[in-house]
Amino acid sequence: MSVAARPQLSHLRALESEAIHVMREVAAEFERPVLLFSGGKDSIVLLRLAEKAFRPAPFPFPLMHVDTGHNFPEVIEYRDRRVAELGERLIVASVQDSIDAGRVVEETGPRASRNRLQTVTLLDAIAEHGFDAAFGGARRDEERARAKERIMSFRDDFGQWDPKNQRPELWNLYNGRINKGEHVRVFPLSNWTELDVWEYIDAEQLEVPSIYFAHEREVFRRDGMLYAISPFTELIDGEEVFSDTVRYRTVGDMSCTGGVLSKAETLEEVVLEIAATTITERGETRADDRVSEAAMEDRKKAGYF
Amino acid sequence: MTLDLLRFTTAGSVDDGKSTLIGRLLYDSKQVFDDQLAHVAEASERRGGEGTLDLALLTDGLRAEREQGITIDVAYRYFATPRRRFIIADCPGHQQYTRNMVTGASTADVSVVLLDARRGVLEQSKRHAFISALLGIPEMVVAVNKMDLVDYSEDRYAELRAEFEGYAEKLDGVKTITYIPLSALNGDNVVTRSAQMPWYDGPVLLDHLENVEVAYDHPGEKPARFPVQWVVRPSNGDGDYRGYAGQLASGALRRGEEIAVVPSGGRSRIAAIDTFDGQLEEASAPMSFTLRLEDELDISRGELICHPDEAPSVGRELRADICWMATDLLRPGGKYLLKHTSRTVTAVIDGLEDLLDTHSLERIEAPTEMGLNDIGRARLRTSAPLAFDPYSSNRRTGSFILIDESTNATVAAGMIAQDASTARAD
Repeated sequence: MSVAARPQLSHLRALESEAIHVMREVAAEFERPVLLFSGGKDSIVLLRLAEKAFRPAPFPFPLMHVDTGHNFPEVIEYRDRRVAELGERLIVASVQDSIDAGRVVEETGPRASRNRLQTVTLLDAIAEHGFDAAFGGARRDEERARAKERIMSFRDDFGQWDPKNQRPELWNLYNGRINKGEHVRVFPLSNWTELDVWEYIDAEQLEVPSIYFAHEREVFRRDGMLYAISPFTELIDGEEVFSDTVRYRTVGDMSCTGGVLSKAETLEEVVLEIAATTITERGETRADDRVSEAAMEDRKKAGYF
Repeated sequence: MTLDLLRFTTAGSVDDGKSTLIGRLLYDSKQVFDDQLAHVAEASERRGGEGTLDLALLTDGLRAEREQGITIDVAYRYFATPRRRFIIADCPGHQQYTRNMVTGASTADVSVVLLDARRGVLEQSKRHAFISALLGIPEMVVAVNKMDLVDYSEDRYAELRAEFEGYAEKLDGVKTITYIPLSALNGDNVVTRSAQMPWYDGPVLLDHLENVEVAYDHPGEKPARFPVQWVVRPSNGDGDYRGYAGQLASGALRRGEEIAVVPSGGRSRIAAIDTFDGQLEEASAPMSFTLRLEDELDISRGELICHPDEAPSVGRELRADICWMATDLLRPGGKYLLKHTSRTVTAVIDGLEDLLDTHSLERIEAPTEMGLNDIGRARLRTSAPLAFDPYSSNRRTGSFILIDESTNATVAAGMIAQDASTARAD
């Protein structure tokens, strides 16, 4: 199909082309890249972009999921199915293994989350496999610290990001030079917005996990968000369980990701809902960003996604 | 057809109206979300008292920036209107962060230079205008801000405009300059037309940004430049497939056309333009795709495919404008890695020709060295030939970066001069 036949998509085609260029640069300049795949909407788009960049050949890198063990089961099921369809290799790095090995200590209490622990598992896996570049699906429109990040973002040998001393990133000329033990994070979707991602998923007719669509679920309200009842959530006194029609805007752990009331059952309806929304995705659905004014900046400095 | 994605750059500090202007664009085009607004309202009241809404806080960045009230690095911001999607590269204005301003300008189609109506044409505005011109941004908007503080005076606006025109005369590379008097604080002429300035009959800022034409609007008008990034050769079954993958930097390519490969010098015809979605008859910039050729040539990453009658220059000696970005000094004899399109070679600095004073735009002849944030012209020699165009005719094939091999830092942005390959001056 030709681009001229779909002129309404031209901004998406421009973003797509930029992202494909980034992926090919990384494949050409790094020895051991890896693509971080969570089963969430952004990394689903990354997989389609990788197909566009490298087919008919296999991907020149494996996929990796940092599995907290607290994921939505629908997402894990989708992840495995999608990987099998693509015929690519998936590495699962497990937070539970990091806990068992004493690398991290599980938080306790009703607000416990494995969100922070993921960073250690991620950095350990990058070191273990010798990865020198890791593709992530983060976007600059998500959050103020992310708005500052380069497309190709340097990490020192402790996995740390130094936001005050980033390499200048000029034109589309990415400097991929690193020493052993260092790595880069690469964000091909840097310039995409949440709406772009959904419009692209709709245009490409990509399958996404069922929790992105409206469904009935047992939930409870905490801090203005609707959490799912799960083995990983503990009710605090006074919190009541009720059933409602919700969908998820982001896919994180069941312990820190809230659902939103929604009737959107198709991709088209999701696109319309996102286009009309008045709240940011992280503001509405992520407890992990609410810890402090600079919650994301601090986690990113330590090596988070 | 105008592309529905526009990248523009602004520069300045947190307190000089830049953040307020961006905040105003986002707010008046209804791109501010409720939770962001609540956060800004709360922070405004904490700093400015009950009822204040400081739109500048919408562009809050890193902890260190909030603490110091300055912009250190580029932040990218996104908004959309029914006509276009916009990407703002929100840059620092201080001299010490020039390299970050250059980063933001390198990918922009339009620059919005801010003037403070009370304070006139300051150093920071000049630097942004100069960097915008140097980086080849063809469209410039001069936003004369804070008109509310000069009683919306037409005379003051005319005075500033004349002063800026005097400076801009000496800038090469800017195609159009559009002057707009506005008040970001009150919203005059940002998204809606101001009733305070009936004497102004030009476009309001957002209207202009929605309609201005950008480089990719006429992709067919430039020579085709296709740097090969990656050779697609499946090892699984599809053994005959050999495709050259890349992003078309400029121009258009059609199936069946004769092509040349530079610098290696091969010739062939385009057998197919492949994409994941099927084959194309024709492709234009900035698309990414994979080319197959009729003949078996030895082409690897770093080669460039073009039309034989529109080939770029090929050579090992360059003259280029350099923006130096490291604290270590640049001196003749220095050796660096040079990355140009998809090719990385070694380059040696043969000589420095001049240094530019961004304030007076005067050239200082024959400098012995360049320091952090200096801009000047240098001669370079490379270990292998490059296929290049002057930066003024092609931003993609006319640009390069220098990398210091000992630190792996990106130490310079380079823009190849018009008379790049003429005989040396000495």
